[in-house]
Amino acid sequence: MPVTVKTFASTSEVAAALSSDRSARYLGGGTLVMRALNEGDISIATIVRAADTTLTRIDASSSRVVIGAGVTFARILAERDLAFLHAPARSIGGPAVRNMGTVGGNLFAPVPYGDFTVALLALDAVVSVHGGLGVRDIAIEEFLQSRERHGGTLVLSVSCARPASADAFRYRKIARIKPKGGSIITLAAHLPSGGGRINGARIALGSMAPVPIRAKAAERALDGRSLDGTAISAAAAAVTEGISPADNALASGWYRREIAGVHLRRLLSGQE
Amino acid sequence: MAKTALQFRHNGRDVAIFVDGGVNLLLALRELIGDMTPKFGCGQGGCGACSVLIDGELHLSCLTLAETVAGRSVETLESMKDGPNLHPLQRAFADNFAAQCGYCTPGMLMAAKALLDRNPQPSRAEVVEAISGNICRCTGYEPIINAVLAASASRARA
Ligand SMILES: Cc1cc2nc3c(=O)[nH]c(=O)nc-3n(C[C@H](O)[C@H](O)[C@H](O)COP(=O)(O)OP(=O)(O)OC[C@H]3O[C@@H](n4cnc5c(N)ncnc54)[C@H](O)[C@@H]3O)c2cc1C
Ligand code: FES
Ligand code: FES
Repeated sequence: MPVTVKTFASTSEVAAALSSDRSARYLGGGTLVMRALNEGDISIATIVRAADTTLTRIDASSSRVVIGAGVTFARILAERDLAFLHAPARSIGGPAVRNMGTVGGNLFAPVPYGDFTVALLALDAVVSVHGGLGVRDIAIEEFLQSRERHGGTLVLSVSCARPASADAFRYRKIARIKPKGGSIITLAAHLPSGGGRINGARIALGSMAPVPIRAKAAERALDGRSLDGTAISAAAAAVTEGISPADNALASGWYRREIAGVHLRRLLSGQE
Repeated sequence: MAKTALQFRHNGRDVAIFVDGGVNLLLALRELIGDMTPKFGCGQGGCGACSVLIDGELHLSCLTLAETVAGRSVETLESMKDGPNLHPLQRAFADNFAAQCGYCTPGMLMAAKALLDRNPQPSRAEVVEAISGNICRCTGYEPIINAVLAASASRARA
């Protein structure tokens, strides 16, 4: 069924169009929206686009990195200053999907997708959204927990602090099909440290719940400790505490729980 | 519902069509322009048979809203046509038995072209990565990888 396509010059016009029409859907790279249209999703009556180039801006010059919601994964891979985000960007789709798919769209991608968002969650990113009441910044964890409610808002950008060293941020996606495939589990760890001890550990998991989540028991097992065998074992043992992943075509929830600790251990101890 | 006028460059030629809202580029190319070289495999981004280059970048035409290519350049496999002469990639695919049923071939050739245009001497791993969004149900991929490497080697010799 044909839909109406509306293109607006400014982000505020886009935000107004989205908040006033429940059947309107914002078009980022379109890799999920067009799929829905091709499948005949009748909940979409209007496609909203933005011609505003601020959405495709990257500011990676300082310690706080700002990435426009319309930035593609291919652009992130081309940006030397965003090297810490190359592993998550590279883990997504094949080259065409990376040329098309955006950071903003990834925030809304359902399981088994949303790999880049897992990395952003571990980095305590902030999501800047333009809703009916204007622009506001939301911590990514809060954004993800209330994601359904953000359907009528426009994400402008995401921002996060650059990790102190390459070793302080780690990412791994486990998939059956290589080099490209849907996630069985995606893990990201941010391990800020001072005086040889971890302080403010963040462990984020993808495909373990309907949205990316933090493994808070594993984070607690690491905080205040040095990253040694004992701390790593404690974190691996605690990683699924309070988490009940669902079954899907790629893996059962049981299997996901069984392998989560194995892969967290490998990630933390730097093993392949 | 009103149709929208759309102009873009198609294989180096300016074209103008009218599209329904929400129509994807694959449909526009095949049904409105009559270029049958991009194939419909899944309509979900999963197979790569519909791959085209937009401003030189590999894209999936089934997941591209047709209106987003206004004023841009779209290249399909048809752009490799040069009378009876095969493009070096087409020749390498033929020599290396890289096409069996041939359904994936247009997408594979576009993915390979996107790679060689920016990296004329890729490693085997880079070729594997470049075609990782394209499914082939016949060849087992090895002949395709060999063909892309052979095309790259023949370019280096030329
Ligand atoms: C073959 C294939 C393989 C894939 N592989 C992976 C993978 O390995 N990992 C992965 O994580 N994903 C994968 N994806 C899913 C998808 O491509 C990515 O998640 C991508 O980041 C989605 O972004 P997009 O811009 O294309 O989203 P779109 O399709 O444009 O949008 C998706 C949703 O987000 C909303 N949205 C988009 N941008 C904004 C914004 N700025 N503000 C508000 N709402 C917005 C849209 O309205 C829509 O509801 C794959 C998809 C395909 C087709
Ligand atoms: S038809 Fe476009 S990816 Fe399959
Ligand atoms: S040759 Fe048949 S699908 Fe590739």
